[in-house]
Amino acid sequence: MRVMAQMAMVMNLDKCIGCHTCSVTCKQAWTNRTGTEYIWFNNVETRPGLGYPRTYEDQEKWKGGWERNKRGRLVLKGGGRFKKLLTIFSNPKLPSIGEYYEPWTYDYSTLTDAPAQEHTPVARPKSLISGNDMKIEWSANWDDDLGGSTATAHRDPMLQKISDKVKFEFEQTFMFYLPRICEHCLNPSCAASCPSGAIYKRAEDGIVLVDQDKCRGWRMCVSGCPYKKVYFNHKTGKAEKCTFCFPRIEVGLPTVCSETCVGRLRYIGLMLYDADKVLEAASTEDDHGLYEAQREVFLDPFDPDVMREAEKAGIARDWIEAAQRSPIYALINTYKVALPLHPEYRTMPMVWYIPPLSPVVDVVQETGEDAEDKGNLFAAIDALRIPIEYLAELFTAGDVGPVDAVLKKLAAMRCYMRDINMGRDPDGTIPAAVGMSEEQMYDMYRLLAIAKYDERYVIPPAHAEQAHSLEELATECSVSAYGGGQQDLFGEGSGVPTPIAVENFQMLQDRQTADTLASPADKGARVNLLNWDGKGSPAGLFPPRKKDS
Amino acid sequence: MNEFLFVVVPYICLTTFVVGHLWRYHYDKFGWTTRSSQLYENRLLRIGSPLFHFGMLGVVGGHIIGLLVPQSWTDAVRISEHSYHVVAVTGGLLAGAAALAGMVILIYRRRTVGPVFSATTRMDKVMYAFLAVVIVLGMWNTIAGSIMTIGGEYNYREGVSVWYRSFLAFQPDASLMASAPLGFQLHALAAFGLFALWPFTRLVHVFSAPVGYLTRPYIVYRTRDEQLGSHQPRRGWDRISQ
Repeated sequence: MRVMAQMAMVMNLDKCIGCHTCSVTCKQAWTNRTGTEYIWFNNVETRPGLGYPRTYEDQEKWKGGWERNKRGRLVLKGGGRFKKLLTIFSNPKLPSIGEYYEPWTYDYSTLTDAPAQEHTPVARPKSLISGNDMKIEWSANWDDDLGGSTATAHRDPMLQKISDKVKFEFEQTFMFYLPRICEHCLNPSCAASCPSGAIYKRAEDGIVLVDQDKCRGWRMCVSGCPYKKVYFNHKTGKAEKCTFCFPRIEVGLPTVCSETCVGRLRYIGLMLYDADKVLEAASTEDDHGLYEAQREVFLDPFDPDVMREAEKAGIARDWIEAAQRSPIYALINTYKVALPLHPEYRTMPMVWYIPPLSPVVDVVQETGEDAEDKGNLFAAIDALRIPIEYLAELFTAGDVGPVDAVLKKLAAMRCYMRDINMGRDPDGTIPAAVGMSEEQMYDMYRLLAIAKYDERYVIPPAHAEQAHSLEELATECSVSAYGGGQQDLFGEGSGVPTPIAVENFQMLQDRQTADTLASPADKGARVNLLNWDGKGSPAGLFPPRKKDS
Repeated sequence: MNEFLFVVVPYICLTTFVVGHLWRYHYDKFGWTTRSSQLYENRLLRIGSPLFHFGMLGVVGGHIIGLLVPQSWTDAVRISEHSYHVVAVTGGLLAGAAALAGMVILIYRRRTVGPVFSATTRMDKVMYAFLAVVIVLGMWNTIAGSIMTIGGEYNYREGVSVWYRSFLAFQPDASLMASAPLGFQLHALAAFGLFALWPFTRLVHVFSAPVGYLTRPYIVYRTRDEQLGSHQPRRGWDRISQ
């Protein structure tokens, strides 16, 4: 057993309202630079839909991730080491900018500079790639809320796996949002595809990062990642990806996308796993077995053997305790309501999802029946085969069993909690019907519905004695040099990049976890000397004078 | 003059090449990249880039053999002058033609595709000019010198190659180069110019050819122990030993 710790995330899709706040704050924090205009480390897709980049899930086309070959060995779907090197001069599977979208701005200045004329001047879209006028034909979020999906949704690779005749019905009955970040996989195919070895998995917390000093722009990671979550910065010529906001995580803060999520649907916590078992699990023969196989890789943090091995592996005591309190562990292994996104890519992703029950509830509601009645909901889950199959294509490689079980648990929770909220006697048969005890059901409800900040985000800070090296690490990662290009030889831009200071994030954490609103406790004792006109002495400038006796 | 052209200038260029790479690698690892433009345009690149690069690999391989292997060695293993010549010229022509065709496609692409052109730096343009001159002169030497024998027969293995080895051994003999045909002289000088520019262009990516990929484990883990020295601590700051 080789115990490793992994920072992981679970998103409760039932709560996602598709507001894109996560995407916007992430973009402001990480990809607001030249060369990254088209890059969204976090994006929210409407499903069914094509996703971003378009049809990225069609691995027969893009050849991302791993596959099991005839001899039962795990190989890169895009070809092995030799093929990678032979195609290095022109990556055959690299999505073009059009598959993402051509970023643009508007020439706003014409609105103010235009001479007096009969017609109101308009700001025309200008491409940020070529600088020319352009016609906006696609974007990261073109089919938001199923907009235009009658024209495009049939190209959704997941929908194509379900039979053709149901499509129309499907679009009318079912829609949900899927926020996506890098999966920080246990078996990352981007790292495996990188010829330079610039993509690495941090041994401490499993975050997958690109070493900007080592990346040589071979672009194999972009095509190697089946989720298409490694991007090519066309200004710097280097790959960039979601960093799991590692400077924040290191001081115990959640990622920006989680912090700003208005639906509070994201959970962050540690998972302990057995690194020796990863390859074996990823090589599981049956695609349907991959979800269970990955759960087997995770270790029970309460098991004394695991705790002992973890300590031997150098995992600190407070990290093991954090793994025990981890909401991720609870959602994945205790309640078994979280499912991985596309386990069939065999990368062992570590951002999991609780599939949405709300579309089912909506359907029941529209019929005028009681949408919180167990019988009605269970019947609807059984009847709505198409949406369930679609969810299964996303989360369990097409196996409807686990999705069915999760939705029934969520439905049971709804019914069970209604009795409690209405002041009626709780019905113990409801949790029993989905194989849970009443206490478990209530605990799951607490975690899913009212968990507070420190219950949703159980993030042990990196250790002080490690902070120095972690800070060093920061100098090697994604956006150490904003704007890219070469560093200057002299002056302000010379020398090595300034590390992202842990202190700043420490202050940020103090501020965000303080009881008072932006007012330090000792505020009363402070004097703003900028307001002092030099005459006399403002109150509080000096400590009170002792009274002469 | 010959001393200057075929001793002083080459050594200046060689020094720039070596020192420039060391300097760039030390100060600009972040800028050390292929600066691929595949994201902008793929149709022309898909043909042009492999043609050019594989052609160049052949050309470089041919130069290594032609310049570094003395004629006495091939004589010793009974390879006749004629058969060597046939193989060298055929291989050189094929590789050179591929590289030239690829380069034409790539330069055409760079000029005509808007986004690619706007991502082209001044250094890129200078580099392309030198590269084109070197390749065209090389092709000229092969075709005009070796096949059509314009200006008489010239065996570069008794001239240019010997000079090049003497140059690398720091015992330069300029007279060997001075007696070479003009085409060879210009080709060598332009090539040395390119070498001098090399460290300041995107050509540095040649030295990052990822051959280590063939042997390294697929997934790279980094622990803090390995990570302790991405750069020296600043003066006055000591590392805490762990």
